[in-house]
Amino acid sequence: MSMRIRITFSKTSAMRYTSHLDLHRAWERTLRRAELPLAYSQGFNPRPKINLASALPLGFTSESEVIDVRLEEELSLEKIAPVLESALPPGLQVNQIYEVDLKAPVLQSQLLASEIEITFLDPFADLEERVRTLLDAQELPRERRGKAYDLRPLIEDLHLMSEDSDGCQRLFARLSAREGATARPEEVVDELGYDPLAARVHRMRIIFQE
Amino acid sequence: MDLNCPNIGLFCYNRSHMTYSREEIQTKLERILPTVQKPGRYTGGELNQVIKDWGSVKSTVALVFPDIYDLGMSNLGVAILYDLLNQRPDALAERAFSPWSDMESALRDNGIPLYSLESKTALSEFDIVGFSLPYETLYTNTLNVLDLAGIPIFTNERTEEHPLIIAGGHATFNPEPMHPFIDAFVIGEGEDVIQEIVDAHQAWKSSHKPRPDLLHALSQIWGVYVPSLYQAEYFEDGTFSHIEKQVDDVPLPIIKRILAKLPPPTTDLIVPNIDTVHNRIPIEIMRGCTRGCRFCHAGMITRPVRERPVDEVIQAIHEALAKTGFEEIGLLSLSSSDYTHALELINKVSAEFDGRHLSVSLPSLRIESFSVELMDALKDTRRSGFTLAPEAATERMREIINKPVSTQQILDTARAIYERGWTNIKLYFMIGHPSETIEDVRAIVELCKAVQAEGRKLVGKRAKVTAGVSTFVPKPHTPFQWVPCDSAEQILAKQELLRRELRGRNLKLNWNPPEDTLLEAWLSRGDRRMAEVVYQAWKLGARFDAWNEHFRFDVWMEAFDAVGLQHEFYTYRDRPIDEVFPWDHLSTTVRKKFLTEDYLWSLQGRTRVDCRERCFACGILPTFADMRRHNPGDVWQCPEVKSKRIKVSEITPLGAIHSNEIEVIGE
Repeated sequence: MSMRIRITFSKTSAMRYTSHLDLHRAWERTLRRAELPLAYSQGFNPRPKINLASALPLGFTSESEVIDVRLEEELSLEKIAPVLESALPPGLQVNQIYEVDLKAPVLQSQLLASEIEITFLDPFADLEERVRTLLDAQELPRERRGKAYDLRPLIEDLHLMSEDSDGCQRLFARLSAREGATARPEEVVDELGYDPLAARVHRMRIIFQE
Repeated sequence: MDLNCPNIGLFCYNRSHMTYSREEIQTKLERILPTVQKPGRYTGGELNQVIKDWGSVKSTVALVFPDIYDLGMSNLGVAILYDLLNQRPDALAERAFSPWSDMESALRDNGIPLYSLESKTALSEFDIVGFSLPYETLYTNTLNVLDLAGIPIFTNERTEEHPLIIAGGHATFNPEPMHPFIDAFVIGEGEDVIQEIVDAHQAWKSSHKPRPDLLHALSQIWGVYVPSLYQAEYFEDGTFSHIEKQVDDVPLPIIKRILAKLPPPTTDLIVPNIDTVHNRIPIEIMRGCTRGCRFCHAGMITRPVRERPVDEVIQAIHEALAKTGFEEIGLLSLSSSDYTHALELINKVSAEFDGRHLSVSLPSLRIESFSVELMDALKDTRRSGFTLAPEAATERMREIINKPVSTQQILDTARAIYERGWTNIKLYFMIGHPSETIEDVRAIVELCKAVQAEGRKLVGKRAKVTAGVSTFVPKPHTPFQWVPCDSAEQILAKQELLRRELRGRNLKLNWNPPEDTLLEAWLSRGDRRMAEVVYQAWKLGARFDAWNEHFRFDVWMEAFDAVGLQHEFYTYRDRPIDEVFPWDHLSTTVRKKFLTEDYLWSLQGRTRVDCRERCFACGILPTFADMRRHNPGDVWQCPEVKSKRIKVSEITPLGAIHSNEIEVIGE
């Protein structure tokens, strides 16, 4: 009997510069080191049945990434957790493991929104005012890869947080992550008139449909 | 930063005002990494990386592969030395690679010195910086790494304050074009000698003696060449006359280092977080090659053939899989099908790792049906492409290069490959072999089409042939070290013919620009004066010469002009048979007499059989007879040495081999 497990994990330190595709491989290797009975697709080029919920842009850190893994045998979660833990590479931490129904819809189709924390490495004098202006706007027309879109409705929440331990200013944002309606953190930062390369983004939560 | 430094580059190597602490480097990186391509190249922090406390060790070594991370992490030599050094409780090894151009600019703009990936320590802070130089096109990058690290480019500008700069790898069998930049070269295999270098450095460090004492101590280690202790002399016509010792007790010739027996393979491999060229477990099953292809540098310099036992290889795969989780294994050697227990190994790999979704690659297969059997036994369902390397397309030409395979055998092998389900055969050729005519080149087209015709009978129109045609570069220490390289015009004419005629459905041709070949040609057989050209080229902006998008032929031409040398002298000159070469004092122990004879044989189309069938006394066995006697059986493929009749000087203690003894050997 096969089973499907869902793992929520953090992606930090050097691993934050690992792309979506390479992260997929890092997980495959982790599961292989753990010697868990990973299920593979059929055919000439069998691929492991693992599925990452949402691509985290290069350089972002996160404490709430989600991956679904299909195993060929049913194992108790108590058995899986420690072997997985000992096989993790630096920069990946498992936060939760639970079993999900084999027939549950794929994670990507259930995405609603991302909650993120934006840290500004340089002082941002009129941050509060800029946020207000942005939220007050009726629309925020932008272009992405030559296609026009409105950023405003994709920003579900945006507010100031307390400064971090280094005294850097921070923002909380809840951004739409629905299919065909995703807001990118760097676009929000850019819209605020700040250099996206001088901002750090940390994903705190991914919100899925129930 | 002082921009008026006498040396070039943007850094001044006065350490007092350029060294950044690890924390400062880390903080600056925080800003820089998001701005460059593939920042994962510059972070370290991968699984199985070794971080040690700097206070707990006596020696710190930076291992540098002077190309980008993606390539350097695929280099087995660096992985082996990293593991061996980190196993020592009194030493640590960290890695560094060349930054790509975007990162180089970012480092220079921000005044950040090149640092090690593990602890983010500036390379100038290490005791020893060791470069891996497997090929010549890394030379300008080596200078650039030194400059980015704030280390003086020239040996004679370094003081007790600076790291010891060493280099090893296949290219250093002719180290002369890099002689003023590298303090000491390793000639030969690095596993043991690196430990002795570290020991010598530790002894020197605690003695508080001047730097020349360190260099002298290194020169006494078997396999180490300290170029500053020798002087090169030339004739008026620019040819090399001889090398002269500057100190009485340094060895001449310098005998390459070898291992008596290969140790078990390294299984503590770093698992990259980003994709690399060979993202896999590399297991060397055999070192050296008995075939004696005359163009082959590796085949001449890595003798004798030593094999690892099957069980050791299997055990290593188990260990490495558990530690890394890699999904691919490369079973490496210069000629896989010549590994004595090849079929047994493959059968065991297939049986033991069945169902583990592993892909196993077995490069360098001979053109014979046995190779097809081997690949078939691997049960790799992908069957993407089967590679064969005839190297030349006519039997005449293959006899000249000593790769005597009949055309019939090539076609029979091709048929066997298509029969077993492959649809794509990759054929590797070289143009520019000695005495090659345009007809020999045209034969490449005919052979490719004949191979495809075999395939069409079996798999129809899907039968595909990919021809990879590179250009031959005469290499030092090979029987072809005397021959001129094809001129750019000749190369272009041959490539033009191939492009025109090697056309058709599912026929594909790959080739290299002639300029790449010429660069490799003059660097390969360069003398000490070539160092000036390398230096000028780097000053003029040459970097990443192995990369098409960076390589600038015009810069090299300008460098030759500035130095007053002609590249034609190194590239196209037909060397007289009695010429003394600038690399003759670096001994592979394959004697020049043997190479000369082999070259003369090639001119007559005379071939040599595999030397496992008959020993030709190339020089290896006479030199290392004692070693062979102490390692009997399958470990070596050279004939057994039972008696003490062949007298060789004691190989250990080290540094004991001198020229007069070598002359006596094997007479």
